[in-house]
Amino acid sequence: MPRALLFAPLALFAVLVLFLWKGLSIDPRELPSALIDKPFPTFKVEALLQPERQLSTADFIGKPVLVNVWATWCPSCRQEHEQLLRIAQENKITIIGLNYKDERVAATQWLNTLGNPYRFTIYDASGMLGLDLGVYGAPETYLLDAQGVIRHRHVGVVTEQTWIELQAIMQSWERKAA
Amino acid sequence: MIPELGEYALILALGFSVLLATIPLYGASSLNALWMEYAKPLAKAQFTFMVISFVCLATAFAQDDFTVQYVANHSNSQLPIQFKLSAVWGGHEGSLLLWALILSGWTIAVSLFSRGLPLDMLARVLGVMGIIATGFISFLLWTSSPFLRYLPRSPQDGADLNPLLQDFGLIVHPPLLYMGYVGFSVAFAFAIAALLSGRLDAAWARWSRPWTNIAWAFLGGGITLGSWWAYYELGWGGWWFWDPVENASLMPWLVGTALMHSLAVTEKRGVFKSWTLLLAIFAFSLSLLGTFLVRSGVLTSVHAFASDPERGFFILVLLVLTIGGSLTLYAFKVPNVKSESSFGWLSREMLLLVNNVFLVVMAVTVLLGTLYPLLIDALGAGKISVGPPYFNALFVPIMGFMVVCMGLSSAARWRNTPLKNIKKQLLLPALISLAIGFIFPFAYGDGFSFRVFLGISLSLWIMSTVLHEFKAKFRANSSVLAKLKQLSPSYYGMMLAHLGVAVTAIGITLVSVYSEERDMRMAIGDTIELADYQFKFLGTKPVTGANYVADQASLEISLAGEAVVTLHPEKRRYNVKRSMMTEASIDAGLFRDLYIALGEPLADGAWAVRVHYKPYVRWLWLGGLLMSLGGILTVFDKRYRKNKVTTSGAAHA
Repeated sequence: MPRALLFAPLALFAVLVLFLWKGLSIDPRELPSALIDKPFPTFKVEALLQPERQLSTADFIGKPVLVNVWATWCPSCRQEHEQLLRIAQENKITIIGLNYKDERVAATQWLNTLGNPYRFTIYDASGMLGLDLGVYGAPETYLLDAQGVIRHRHVGVVTEQTWIELQAIMQSWERKAA
Repeated sequence: MIPELGEYALILALGFSVLLATIPLYGASSLNALWMEYAKPLAKAQFTFMVISFVCLATAFAQDDFTVQYVANHSNSQLPIQFKLSAVWGGHEGSLLLWALILSGWTIAVSLFSRGLPLDMLARVLGVMGIIATGFISFLLWTSSPFLRYLPRSPQDGADLNPLLQDFGLIVHPPLLYMGYVGFSVAFAFAIAALLSGRLDAAWARWSRPWTNIAWAFLGGGITLGSWWAYYELGWGGWWFWDPVENASLMPWLVGTALMHSLAVTEKRGVFKSWTLLLAIFAFSLSLLGTFLVRSGVLTSVHAFASDPERGFFILVLLVLTIGGSLTLYAFKVPNVKSESSFGWLSREMLLLVNNVFLVVMAVTVLLGTLYPLLIDALGAGKISVGPPYFNALFVPIMGFMVVCMGLSSAARWRNTPLKNIKKQLLLPALISLAIGFIFPFAYGDGFSFRVFLGISLSLWIMSTVLHEFKAKFRANSSVLAKLKQLSPSYYGMMLAHLGVAVTAIGITLVSVYSEERDMRMAIGDTIELADYQFKFLGTKPVTGANYVADQASLEISLAGEAVVTLHPEKRRYNVKRSMMTEASIDAGLFRDLYIALGEPLADGAWAVRVHYKPYVRWLWLGGLLMSLGGILTVFDKRYRKNKVTTSGAAHA
């Protein structure tokens, strides 16, 4: 065995360290700053429950909405589902689902059995819209204002506490408007 | 006062670990016996002060000392005492203290159970462990001290422990897991000591084996327990999520498995020396990498601790020093010589090497899947996530091939085995496994299923080859009882662990294919049917726990008209964090679990109820337990003690 080969593990490790070091300066929970206060990316994607219906930003611009990224393969999504149902029941804001890299049958069955908190669900099977949006992993939730501009991003499970924070942000808009 | 004592003890422990990291190693390189002799007392002193420090933190928790920031953030006066004490490791700082305590525990264990070890070897091993301890205790003191205070204004009460963690699982899962993670530091230290001394003989492998096996057993036990905990605590019946933190524990386990087998070959046949050394370095490196991933915030995970780039940077430096240092040492010092003995294509050596490669490939697969989002992100190519489909698509087939080899290796002999011997021995087990695997889905389910066929055949293949080899031991004319006694604990341990793999595989196969679940709206008196069982909803009543209030439902379960059991799932609301928790209720059985979780309250006293039928789910953990028990059993082999003495005699001569 050539002696140089024995340095291979060390070289591989050096490459790994470079990535890890780079990784430290990136916060996976942070939205690429470019997208905060920018309009929601334009898209044309079919709806989960009505495949014939093409959705676009025009379907929700006009009032504030929550866009919730979810998938059936994501355990935390299941954890937050009940809270989403509660938010939907309160009727203070419309929730839109973004079904991310998922199978249509499984996702439809999920909504049928667990309940559907979403006004409609965007079926992003290829994950392209998620990529434009900078989705790191499900679940993620975006708060959009009436103009369709992204104002806040929440990574991870939506809890009662998150909902209180989101409401506070919405109330600050109302105060500004008043 | 007590927290300050804890901090002070930690500083003293750091002092002793610095001494341990320098004096014995210097003594070993300059052949100064007196300096080498310092290793043992220094290890004792370091351990003593780590225990004092840990006890101080536990006392602060027991006494509800909310002036201590860590206590205030992870405990509450209402918390039951067993959770107050396990909350000690419920957050980043305390769990790191536990990590360091366990490291010093392993260090003192090596110094106590190493009477046969030559002095210079012991000095080097303990010295290397001292270096690791120095790194981690510094990390604690500089970035993550659990003893900092909120003064002068401290909170009246604590913010409480995350309700998900208020469970028996927290009491045992982290300590077991850390015993495993940190335990690989012993094999690592032996490898480094061997490289430093240049004595890479069979003795080195023999010394490392019991330590590796026991650390592996702890890690496996910890993973098994974590899976079981997730299953009953998260409330939706899943048992493995390919979460980055789970992956972080799986990778060292896989490489550790490879290491165990490779050490056996190195000890018995004197081959694969460089490869075994590399595995010893990798196993512990992956433990360290796991620590980095969990605590630095580079990946998002349900388990991740609060992220802090400064901490991340500190661990990265530790990683570079430990792993980079050891790999550099490896590249320069590993002997580049031909093996002492040769072996053929169909030999036990070759099959073990193939299994080793499969295990390492699996670990790399998991590593890539875990790091891929980070790599893509660091390259500026966007943010992505890798889901279970990736892992299942790659992991399952590799596992399948490995299991085939596992069976083959039981019939193979050292050096070389004629093909016709293997055929003669294994044809029958192979045919039986395939036949039963084929019939099983028809008998148990309602039609052919390729996944079940494959899973059951492979599991039976392991079982039948293990038992076949066991039977083959009795061909000699000695009496059965004498033979049973004559076989070593290592052999029984190996059999047990291999059977464990089969049992786990059966569990995974059947629970993945035949699980059933239903989500239903249930009003009082409603009945649903699932897998022949009837579940009758009897209503809910409010109950009050120590630090929560709950709605407790009652569901009566019957099978063919006969009552089986009544289960009481709960929906809890924890007072302090104001968070809702689903407490599933499970009727566990060897062949099936009935699992009920409460969803949301609906109108008119009705509830959303989720009911699962999970066949053979217990087998999955039972197999994990068997593997770990097998690992522990091997340590009781008399051979290790006997051989140690002779080797040390030879070394002193």
